[in-house]
Amino acid sequence: MLKEIKILSDHGKQYVPDLRNQPVSALFRGRPVITADITAAEARKAAALCPAGAIDSSSGAVDLGRCAFCCECALAMPEVYRFTNDYRISATRREDLIIKPGQSEPLRIDESAVRKEVRRLFRRSLKLRQVSAGGDNSCEMELSAAGNVNFDMGRYGIEFVASPRHADGIVITGPVSENMSAALEICYEATPAPRLIILVGTDAISGGLFAGSPAIKRDFIESQHIDLYVPGNPAHPLTFINGVMDLTGRK
Amino acid sequence: MSSNRYKVVRNGSSPAGFSEIPVLGYELFHEEVTSMLADERYHCLNYSCFRSGEGFRFICVIADDGSGEIRILSHIKKDDGTPLRSLTASCYAMHIFEREIYENHGVLFDDHPWLKPVRYPHDRADRLSVMDNYPFYEMDSEELHEVGVGPIHAGVIEPGHFRFICNGERVLHLEIQLGYQHRGIEKLFVSAGDGLHRALLSENIAGDSAVAHGLAHAQLLESLAGLEPPVSLQIERCIALELERIGVHIGDTAALCGDVAYQLGQVACEALRTMVINTTQFWCGNRFGKGLIRPGGSNFPLTEESAAEILRVLEEVDRRYANVTDCIYSLPSVLGRFEDIGIVTRKQATSIGAVGMAARTCGVPRDIRATHPFQYYRKMEINPVMQETGDVLARGMLRALEVRESVKIIRRLIENWRNCAKETGRPQYDLRFRPDCLAVSVTEGWRGEICHVAVTDNDGKLVMYKIKDPSMHNWMALALAVRNQEISDFPVCNKSFNLSYCGNDL
Repeated sequence: MLKEIKILSDHGKQYVPDLRNQPVSALFRGRPVITADITAAEARKAAALCPAGAIDSSSGAVDLGRCAFCCECALAMPEVYRFTNDYRISATRREDLIIKPGQSEPLRIDESAVRKEVRRLFRRSLKLRQVSAGGDNSCEMELSAAGNVNFDMGRYGIEFVASPRHADGIVITGPVSENMSAALEICYEATPAPRLIILVGTDAISGGLFAGSPAIKRDFIESQHIDLYVPGNPAHPLTFINGVMDLTGRK
Repeated sequence: MSSNRYKVVRNGSSPAGFSEIPVLGYELFHEEVTSMLADERYHCLNYSCFRSGEGFRFICVIADDGSGEIRILSHIKKDDGTPLRSLTASCYAMHIFEREIYENHGVLFDDHPWLKPVRYPHDRADRLSVMDNYPFYEMDSEELHEVGVGPIHAGVIEPGHFRFICNGERVLHLEIQLGYQHRGIEKLFVSAGDGLHRALLSENIAGDSAVAHGLAHAQLLESLAGLEPPVSLQIERCIALELERIGVHIGDTAALCGDVAYQLGQVACEALRTMVINTTQFWCGNRFGKGLIRPGGSNFPLTEESAAEILRVLEEVDRRYANVTDCIYSLPSVLGRFEDIGIVTRKQATSIGAVGMAARTCGVPRDIRATHPFQYYRKMEINPVMQETGDVLARGMLRALEVRESVKIIRRLIENWRNCAKETGRPQYDLRFRPDCLAVSVTEGWRGEICHVAVTDNDGKLVMYKIKDPSMHNWMALALAVRNQEISDFPVCNKSFNLSYCGNDL
C-alpha cells in the first residue's frame, strides 16, 4: 500500500488543464509562416527542395495537407520559411490548409463549412471509430495519447469506441492502401448517419509521401464530404483535440 | 575468415562489390545455407532476389553472431518456371523469405510447407491472389469453431486479420493474415527523387520505430557512399535509439496494465512515456524522433541544453518507473494474468528465427548491438538483457529491465559525447553511391533487428531496396504463443509482443 501511495504522490497531477494554450517545446513544428516578400526564385527553390510536393513553385505557399513537417525549407531558407509552434492547424475546408506568403494570423476553422447537425448532435458527446488504412502507427499512437492521462479528451465527451455501430463518425489515418480500401468503406457504411469523416495526418489528407504509389487507392475518401482535416506527421494530440472541439463548437 | 563460397562484410562497413560475391550452383548454395543455419550462432538477416538479365539473382545475408561477420551468399536462377528445392524444409526460419520471393516473383519452391501470401503487394506475381481469398488453414470438426477478428480491431491500432480455431474457449490454432498496410514503400525508395525523400520515407516505414528504421537507412547510404559518420553523430544516434526504446517500452507497460485492468500501473506509465517522448520532442521537435536521423549529418545536433534535459528527465523516469514496475510485477492479480501465459519455448524461438525481444525473452541472446555493433555501440560493451520463461511476464519484465539498462547506456553515451569533438555536420542528401555493389545495414530497434539491404547498378543508382522489420519473424511467435491458451488471453499476448503491421506490410 505504501508503494502505491508513493507512486501516486510522484505521479501528482498530470492532466493538461488548458488544452487550448498548452506550451509545447520551442522546436515543435506547427503552423508555418512564409515571408510576404518571397521572390519567384525563392519559391521555385523551395518547391524543388520539398520531396512531399507541399510547396507551390509559383507562389511559395505551403500546403499543410501535403507537408511532412520535415522543415527542410525553413532550414535551407530561414529568412523565408519559419515554423511556429502553433499546434491549432486543423481545418474544415481543404483549401484552408494552404498557408500563403504573408499569412501570419492563426488558422481558425471556417464555421460555414460545418454541417448544421454536427454542432447540435455532437457538441457534448462525440464517439469516434478509428480506422488505420496504411498508417505508420505514429498517428494512431498520437490518437491513443489524446485519450491518455495527460490530454484526456474524454473530459469533453470525446472518445474512441470499439465498433462503428457505436460511433458518430470515423477517423482515418494513413494514405489508404488498396488492401484496406474495402474494409474502410464497410466500416463507414456500418456507422449510423449522420456521421463524420475526419482525416488525421498528412498521409490521410493527401496520400503524403505515398501519393504516387500504385499500392494506394483513394477513391472512397475523394468521393466523400470530409468534415475535418487534421495535419501533421504525425498529428499532435493537441492538434486533434483542438480541431474536434472547434468542429463541434466546444469553447 | 574468407571463403570462396561467400563474401564477408561487417555491419555498416563498406559494401560488397558484385564481382566479389561468389555465385554458387543451387545445390551448393542450399548445402551451405542449411549447414550454417543448423548452428544457432547463425541466423538469416535477409533472403531475397531481384531481376537480373534473363533470370533472378538471389542474395542471402547470414549473420554470424559469434564473430560479428555478415556473410553474403548468392545464386542465379533462370526465369523458366522450374521450382527450387526449399530451404524451409530443413530450416523453418526461412519460411517467410521463400514465401515473400514466391509472392513477389512467382518463383516456386518444392516441399515448402505452404507458400502463403505475406502481404499482397501491388506488384505481386499473381494478381488473382487477393485479400479476400487468403488460404486459411482449416480444421474439419463438428466440435471446433472459428473466430475471425479484424482487420479493424477494437482499439486504436493498425489493421490485420486474426483467425482462431477454438475448442470451446481454448485456442488450437491462430493464423495471422497481414497486408492491409501495404503502401509499396520498398519501390518508392528506388524511385525517390533524392536523399531527403528517402530519409522521410525511412522514418515512415514504421512510425513507432522512426529512429531505428531511419538509422538503418542512413547507415546503409553512408556505407554505399563510403562515408564514416563523425563520433559525435554516432553517439547522438545511439542516444536517440535508446530514447525510442525507453519511450515505447514504458508505453507498452502501460498497455499491458490496461489490458488486465490495473489502472494505477497504466496511468503512471502513460505519464512517464509522455515525459520521455516529450524529451525527444524537446531535442528535435517531434515526439517520435522524425526529422532527427539523416544521412551524413543531423539537422538537430545534440546541444548541452538538450543533453542536460535528457539526463534530468531520465533520472526521474528511471526512479519512478522502477517503483511502478516493482508494484506491477509483485501484484498477484497482475501476475495471475501474465505468468505462464503465452509461452514461446526456446526451441520454438530458434526454429522460427525469432529476433530481438521475442528471442531474448526465451533465453536466445539475439541483440545486434552486442553481436554486430554499429555506430558508437562498437566502442561500448552491451550486455543483452535476458529472460528465460518466454511468457507474457518475461516480455513485461524484459521491458522493465531494458529501460533501466538503456538509461545507463544513455548516461555513458552523454558522458562520452561531452568529451568528444562536436563534428556533427549537416545532412547530405546527394551522396554518390559506389556502383555495382550490395550493402547491408542492421540496427537493433526496440522490437529487434531491423535490416536494410540495397543494391546499386553500374551507374551507382539504387535498383533494389529491401527492408526487414523484426515483426516479419516474430508474428509467428505470437501465433505459437496463443496455442492452448484461453482466447481471452489473446489481447495480453498480442500487447506483450506489440508487433508492427506496417513494418511487415511495407
